[in-house]
Amino acid sequence: MLCVKPYNWACKIFIIPFWEMWELPDIFVQTLWEGLVGGTLYSLIALGFVLVFKASGVFNFAQGIMVVFAALSLVGLHAIGVPAFLALALAAVIMLVLAISVERIVLRPLVNQPDIILFMATFGLTYFLIGFGELIFGGDPKLMITKQLYIPTGTYSIDFAGGRVELQKLDITAMVVASTMVAVLAVFFSKTRIGRALRAVADSHKAALSVGISLNQIWVIVWFAAGLVALVTGIMWGARSEVSFALEIIALKALPVLILGGFTSIPGAIVGGLIIGIGEKVGEIYWGPLFGRGIESWLAYMIALIFLLFRPQGLFGEKIIERV
Amino acid sequence: MRMKGLLVGAVLAATAVTPAFVSNASAQDSIYVPLFSYRTGPFANSGIPIANGMADYLNMLNERDGGINGVKLNVEECETGYNTEKGVACYESTKAKNPVVTNPYSTGITLQLIPRASVDKIPVLSMAYGLSASAVGQSFPWVFNPPATYWDGLSMIMKYIAEKEGGFEKLKGKTIGYIFFDGGYGREPLPLLEIFAKKYGFETKLYPVPPAEMQNQSGQWLNVRKDKPDWMIMWGWGAMNPTAVKEAARIKFPMDKFVGIWWSGGDDDARPAGDDAKGYLTLNFNGVGAQYPAVQDIIKHVVAKGKSQTQADKVGENLYNRGIYNSVLIAEGIRNAQKITGKKVITGEDMRRGLESLTITQARWKELGLEGFGAPITAVNCTDHNGHHAAYMQQWNGKNWVKITDWISPMKEEVRPLLEAAASDYVTKNAGWPKRTESCDRPS
Amino acid sequence: MFYREAGQFKTTYRGDMTVFPILQDRIGIIVILVVAFSIPLFSSNFMLHAIMIPFLIFALAAIGLNILTGYTGLLSLGTGGFMGVGAYACYKLATVFPEVHILIWVVVSGFASAAVGILFGLPSLRIKGFYLAVATLASQFFLSWCFIRIPWLVNYNVSNAIEVPRRTLFGVHVTGPEATPQARYLVVLTIVVVMTWLASNLVRGRIGRMWMAVRDMDIAAELMGIKLLNTKLLAFAVSSFYCGVAGAMLVFLYYGSAEATAFSINQSFAVLSMVIIGGLGSLLGSFMGAALIFMLPIMLPQLMAAMGLPIQSATAEHISFMIIGALIVFFLIVEPHGLARLWQIAKQKLRVWPYPY
Repeated sequence: MLCVKPYNWACKIFIIPFWEMWELPDIFVQTLWEGLVGGTLYSLIALGFVLVFKASGVFNFAQGIMVVFAALSLVGLHAIGVPAFLALALAAVIMLVLAISVERIVLRPLVNQPDIILFMATFGLTYFLIGFGELIFGGDPKLMITKQLYIPTGTYSIDFAGGRVELQKLDITAMVVASTMVAVLAVFFSKTRIGRALRAVADSHKAALSVGISLNQIWVIVWFAAGLVALVTGIMWGARSEVSFALEIIALKALPVLILGGFTSIPGAIVGGLIIGIGEKVGEIYWGPLFGRGIESWLAYMIALIFLLFRPQGLFGEKIIERV
Repeated sequence: MRMKGLLVGAVLAATAVTPAFVSNASAQDSIYVPLFSYRTGPFANSGIPIANGMADYLNMLNERDGGINGVKLNVEECETGYNTEKGVACYESTKAKNPVVTNPYSTGITLQLIPRASVDKIPVLSMAYGLSASAVGQSFPWVFNPPATYWDGLSMIMKYIAEKEGGFEKLKGKTIGYIFFDGGYGREPLPLLEIFAKKYGFETKLYPVPPAEMQNQSGQWLNVRKDKPDWMIMWGWGAMNPTAVKEAARIKFPMDKFVGIWWSGGDDDARPAGDDAKGYLTLNFNGVGAQYPAVQDIIKHVVAKGKSQTQADKVGENLYNRGIYNSVLIAEGIRNAQKITGKKVITGEDMRRGLESLTITQARWKELGLEGFGAPITAVNCTDHNGHHAAYMQQWNGKNWVKITDWISPMKEEVRPLLEAAASDYVTKNAGWPKRTESCDRPS
Repeated sequence: MFYREAGQFKTTYRGDMTVFPILQDRIGIIVILVVAFSIPLFSSNFMLHAIMIPFLIFALAAIGLNILTGYTGLLSLGTGGFMGVGAYACYKLATVFPEVHILIWVVVSGFASAAVGILFGLPSLRIKGFYLAVATLASQFFLSWCFIRIPWLVNYNVSNAIEVPRRTLFGVHVTGPEATPQARYLVVLTIVVVMTWLASNLVRGRIGRMWMAVRDMDIAAELMGIKLLNTKLLAFAVSSFYCGVAGAMLVFLYYGSAEATAFSINQSFAVLSMVIIGGLGSLLGSFMGAALIFMLPIMLPQLMAAMGLPIQSATAEHISFMIIGALIVFFLIVEPHGLARLWQIAKQKLRVWPYPY
């Protein structure tokens, strides 16, 4: 309605979306909120990647399936009669067992191999966990035990600028849990002995070894930490829809977050997640109609790619210095 | 140097495994019915109950009646994982055992098999999925997709919406949203939706869900909130369904104005949203519940004996019964083929004739122990491989699906011309498409 | 003893630079080719259609990716998308110009794929390693989206899929449902052999050496006077060309019809696993990797059934997933340089046999 013929396209790109944001502020705020929540969840998955990459240089493709596997263990244990919080603890134990086995069976024999080989090994791990998970828990989707874990459901409706903004209690919980998790990890990394050892390993494997840090132990710890992050992620995503193997595909969304934030930066994973989350939601809602909607599948990657062209090491990545 | 072993892998593999695949054709005293199923992958939630229902009904016939007219059914599942390559492998491996029919259970696999069916003489039964145009028997003698096509489904949904709004003329100025799986399956109804929109003067809003984003639909539903459509129609499958229902509940979309196609009506699609899903509607063409005598027989002869993979409490759920419906079509097709040909052990060619003149009257449904389970199948014939049969609307009450309307018949006069146009389009684009040479049997 | 270069003297430069300088190699390759071309005589349709044809096609795609990842060191996860470009381009060309033979279009469609490859290869000039891998995912998802959203690509078919026209070669059906697996196999084999031969010449020539120099250290290569822009983009172009042809063959000689989902991200991952398992920077490895990654999931359930294990098809599938995963890890541990390395070891053993060293 605002657009005049010759400038139609430019107008649709540069004017209409902003006019819509102004016109329906409640929807705009809701969009930002959804983006924020989605971004938080992407950050959580990305966080798992970063932990492992930082300490062991492994690009852990299996993080996605670990999310599914952790959530399935929790739900599966509960289904056979284990009380919810005990099941939660046991699921954590399962992730620990997984971390130890991965270190023993996969990482230790592959020490000092090129990155791509380790990446491929996590690929094998993914296949294995898919088969193993389906064999034990079945391929059918499960309901997340939201109530039993006292995760609040329902919504806060806030009247806003003539409309309403709805905040899901579940999403608020997800944000709180995610921020707590990040804070705890940050403290863990900077204040504790193990945390300092982790950073030493991240800087240089050889130097860390020479001052007596056990690489194997560190690896178990980071994989376990990644497993815990996966468990939390699984609970949150599972509560939003359901626990099924299709969740694994969602985990790919953490990849643009990763390149945006840098593979080695925890704050990067958080900020990257928020940028991607908000960017893709705002893009989908306001610019999506130009493309017939449903552009979320690639928009995140495009955003990341554009950022990357200006900062090839990601927003928070360490500066790449190349020498011959 | 590397060239030396270029094909070494090929050769080694070939010699190593060839013996394992030498055809095991033996004198046949049973009818081989392969069931393509997927119990793995992102669509497993929809695939598992269907696979169970299909297998259990046929196994029940074996257990209870010793097969069909005394001929045992050799039922074998082949896992496709909804994956096209596995589908090809399944087809090739089952082809050697002389199957009477193929159930691809995936649009992608169906599309591959459509041209091959007439060459390999194995009919394809794509029950209410696949290519809608394959309902035209003149062009697709080997493909069957009863009881209704997606276009029929859309027309039935429109009829229901019009009825609720107080007539088709009341649709003028309304907005109808369409959320769909962004692929061939979800895109197929679009032309008809446009025709309806023009004809009845409503506005359509489209919300495609990319395959990789099935569990991440908050963007789509925010758009729904922004556009405020009066009705929502959904074409979803697999993990997309439960997520959509949950998201609809989240934005407080009135559930009784949210209508899904029959593939969006699994119990596990509505259940995760809990009480919020109450009122959610889907189309259905099979009865739900375990109260039917035939389903009781399945419980007695198959499930109770531990010969089924299903959980006992899932028997009678919607998609389980959908699988039964599929198997009823197979079994009745076989029975009909036996009757026409007088043979006991039939071939794919006989099965094609059997399916083409398939009828299941009200009385026959009752005889099968499935009274009122499905609309009578009366309109499948040589020109019409679908029949455009009626379906009904069901509503989720928080625990079960409840039938809330009588059988709604599709707007065949709208759908049929579209189908024929689509079929002739397919045939012209595929130059060299074989002319129908198969003879025609009158329905008995 | 069996594999000795000693005593085979070259008296011309040409002789010294042939692809197979050693007699044993020449004999070996002839034997392999004869066997490969005669497989249709003694193997079943299942073997040919469900295993050999896709195996060869995936091997070609793996060669394509190997040129990029193994020889030039650029990690890519966009293979599925590039294969799709080839397939859709081939469909458009074959339907718009039906008078030109389909096999010509199968090969020509590679150029469309190469052009798209160059476009999406541009970021590689600034981005490296895993960052580049994720950046190529952008092309994968964007291309998948295009395949679904641009109805022109599928000639506005209601099915939203590409359908394969019936075409013949020397009076024999090679595409379409009437084509026998034997005919398709021979066509696929011929294309794959020719393209592999071309690739082997490419990678051991000047261009291949430029690629490898860039792989080993791009700054050093640049200082030596290799233009990074041209070299990297050429690698993207050639790699995409191979993937495009593989994609076109996948639809036209194997699937028979395809939806956009046939070129999903999973395809990219599968091809990448073939390259890594087979061996980076080895054409032979591409074949071995394709054999392992493609054949295993298809054959394992068959083998389990053949052994008479009484398990459900779904359980077999789950177990085969586990076995594949475990085997990938196993092979990486035993031979991190890929299966191709096994052949080198075998060759060395043959050379010194019967002595251990």
